[in-house]
Amino acid sequence: MSVNLASARISRGLPQAAVACVAVVALAFLLPGEGYYLNILMQAATYAIAVSGLVVVLGYCGQISIAQAAFFGIGAYGVGIGMVDFGIGFFPAMLLGVAAAGLSGLLLGLGSLRLGGHYLAMVTISFQQILTLFLTNWISFTHGPDGIRGIPRPSLMGVSFASGHAFLALCLVFLVLSTLTIWRLKTGRLGRAMQAVRDNELAAGTCGINVFSTKVIAFGISAVMGGIGGALFAGGFQYISPDQFSFSESIVLLTMALLGGVQSPFGSLVGTMVLVILPEWLRFLQQIYLAVYGAAVILIMVFLPDGLWGLMLSRVIRRAKPIEGSVEPLPLLSERAAASNDYVLKVEGLAKHFGGVKALDGVDLAVRRGTVHALIGPNGSGKSTFINVVTGLYRPTAGKVTFTGQDITHAQPHERNRAGLARTFQNIRVFRGMTVLDNVMVGAERPGNDIAENPAAVVERALAALDFVDLRGDAHRQVGALSYGHQRYVEIARALASSPQTLLLDEPAAGLNLTEKHELGELLKRLGGHGLTILIIDHDMNLVEQVADHITVLNFGRRIADGTPSAVLANPDVVAAYLGEPRHEAA
Amino acid sequence: MATFLQLLFTGLGIGAIYALVALGFVLLIRAASVVNFAQGQFSMVGAYLLVVGFNVLGLPYYLSMFLSVVLMAGFGVLFAGATYWPLRHRGGLPVIISTIGASIFLENIVLFLYGPSPEVLPGLFDSPGIQVGPVFMDSQYLSILVASTILVILQYLIFEKTLLGKKLQATSQDKEMASLLGIPVVAMILITFGYSAALGGLAGMLVAPVLFVSVGMGGLIALKAFAANIIGGYGSIPGAILGGLLLGVAETLGASYISVPYKDAFAFAMLLMFLMVRPQGLFGEKISEKA
Repeated sequence: MSVNLASARISRGLPQAAVACVAVVALAFLLPGEGYYLNILMQAATYAIAVSGLVVVLGYCGQISIAQAAFFGIGAYGVGIGMVDFGIGFFPAMLLGVAAAGLSGLLLGLGSLRLGGHYLAMVTISFQQILTLFLTNWISFTHGPDGIRGIPRPSLMGVSFASGHAFLALCLVFLVLSTLTIWRLKTGRLGRAMQAVRDNELAAGTCGINVFSTKVIAFGISAVMGGIGGALFAGGFQYISPDQFSFSESIVLLTMALLGGVQSPFGSLVGTMVLVILPEWLRFLQQIYLAVYGAAVILIMVFLPDGLWGLMLSRVIRRAKPIEGSVEPLPLLSERAAASNDYVLKVEGLAKHFGGVKALDGVDLAVRRGTVHALIGPNGSGKSTFINVVTGLYRPTAGKVTFTGQDITHAQPHERNRAGLARTFQNIRVFRGMTVLDNVMVGAERPGNDIAENPAAVVERALAALDFVDLRGDAHRQVGALSYGHQRYVEIARALASSPQTLLLDEPAAGLNLTEKHELGELLKRLGGHGLTILIIDHDMNLVEQVADHITVLNFGRRIADGTPSAVLANPDVVAAYLGEPRHEAA
Repeated sequence: MATFLQLLFTGLGIGAIYALVALGFVLLIRAASVVNFAQGQFSMVGAYLLVVGFNVLGLPYYLSMFLSVVLMAGFGVLFAGATYWPLRHRGGLPVIISTIGASIFLENIVLFLYGPSPEVLPGLFDSPGIQVGPVFMDSQYLSILVASTILVILQYLIFEKTLLGKKLQATSQDKEMASLLGIPVVAMILITFGYSAALGGLAGMLVAPVLFVSVGMGGLIALKAFAANIIGGYGSIPGAILGGLLLGVAETLGASYISVPYKDAFAFAMLLMFLMVRPQGLFGEKISEKA
């Protein structure tokens, strides 16, 4: 079924792609003249393919790569060395160059992407420098500073691409295909995962996204696009040399992406066109054009954060139409759990020490299927640490966590989510650059959710979750535009849409006003009615009393009470922990 | 053995420069969470200011140096105003990109003004150096080592023993709390930018007689300083110093014993190795975001 849907998606895109390809081929042959204009267009087209790679890694995934010219160069040298020195055909040589670019991208990504964004920036700059050193000094292999001359143009199945018009047509076809692919990527599952990683890595992990591999894939795609652009560049200009792929060229490519708008391949296309054609008009700038580029980067970051394309879009399209409530959405959850006595989540002797501080000191807790379990305790009692250890954000010092029978003590956050553990955060972690609907779809696409492979069902499930929190009307708004309370609902909807076995709510009432708190209480009661297993952490006694079937109390990292609400709230230790010791009352 | 000791001395001298620049890096990371990719251009601009003061205006050497350091501090504040201030609420990424933009801008504006041919500056002392056993200690490398040691000690004293230093530390650890305690956080961040630029500029002036003054001198130094920062432990002050020295020595030995053309590749190879094997560096802690 999912295969059918996927192929349906692709075949729906095919006619547009075919029309666009025919159009650009016609355009290439209708252009007047030889030489100069063709060369400029060829340069723009090959650069634009490389720059669209930056849209994936920087725009979608939020990772800074400053080596796009290096991958461009690897693709170009693949064609140059392959054709001139080894006498293989253009397309096999291109394949080799692109594979080499992609492979070096994967290796660099594997080495650096476990760490923060500036590490990739640093590592790519280093890679760029090393590559330039090799291209210049390894003369026997790369021809050194003189470069490679006389790179032939290909012919394929009897069609010769030797003329400038024909080769430009080839470049434009590649440009159309790559632009459309990257455009489609954004609205697909992988693209959404990348954007989730960009906006909030921690939350992405707890939504079942493998953050590390998503980043590596994004960077790999970007390197491959660089390689494709470079291979075509080598065929187009028939001469390559190391200085065409230097650090400053990487900066030029980065500026093109930023200027046009790094959120869309159409933006990067606009940016590339402007910066390839503009210097031709602004020849008087030649002396200081790089200084102008540098200043432009700062000015764009400050005044045009979404680039030219973002600016155009915001002028043309005011707002997407809201979705009317005519769709019959899927049920909210994939399965209803009946309240029972078996334990979904079992925590034994859990300890977490930060240096000498014992934030958790041997806590036991067990959540029964289909119940609402509350974990309460004064500030600093270890509640948030507890939920962070259980969801895998912190490594426990000791103890064991069992979830639906599996030992998940050492699992990664996304692996726990795949097993069916969903959570919300005390300080909201929504994906701020995405729409409300996209946020919730990330939840519905949780690997392990039964509908995750079916794009139409994912939308319906996400709408059902938005219905539940009464935000369907806001589905197409940017999540950052919502009020604090509504952002919290988006987070809850995101977790719900993933049909979790257990939902962990970390202080959902924090920061809400009285009305919102009341609404939240109602919402939680309705959730209980759906048979979802919930572990809720909160201060708000009113809320907890209303919804909880079972309460565990923490203080100073230890469990001081556990049982039914009435029994726990009457427990003198609990009263003392919350209201202070009786002996202070006299004072 | 004699060659080895000689190379060790030279490596430590170059390493001290990397350490100074790395120190400027670390301070900005700690005070403002800014990863400043224009740190190396601070060194380049500093060296050119010295060229203007000494070669062009004919001021005395030490006076030019002093004036250049003061100007660099002011320049650091301006730099903060352009690249950091307007973007400070938009997360780390835009600021990183804008500092990259600034580095390109600075290099090419100086290139436009001074052209690509390098400028020559004399060393701090007229004497070529002293012979200690088998090692000839070049006076400029010796000056670099002595000056760096003094600067590190000075910085330690300022940060640990003065109220200003404590305020700077408080700002770097928790801006909100610091501001609640009445510490002028904005001023502290600007001071850090100024100090970091002055430090970078001074490093450029010290290394200028050894490397010549050229537009590209800063970029490579900064990349190595950043590598030093990761090797030593991201955001760690002793890590920056040790990482810088280690890198200087490794690179000098590598160039001499393995290959000269690939001299600059050793630092990056070492960086990649550390990232694979020990990403937290020598002194670093595992970095984890708070949920």
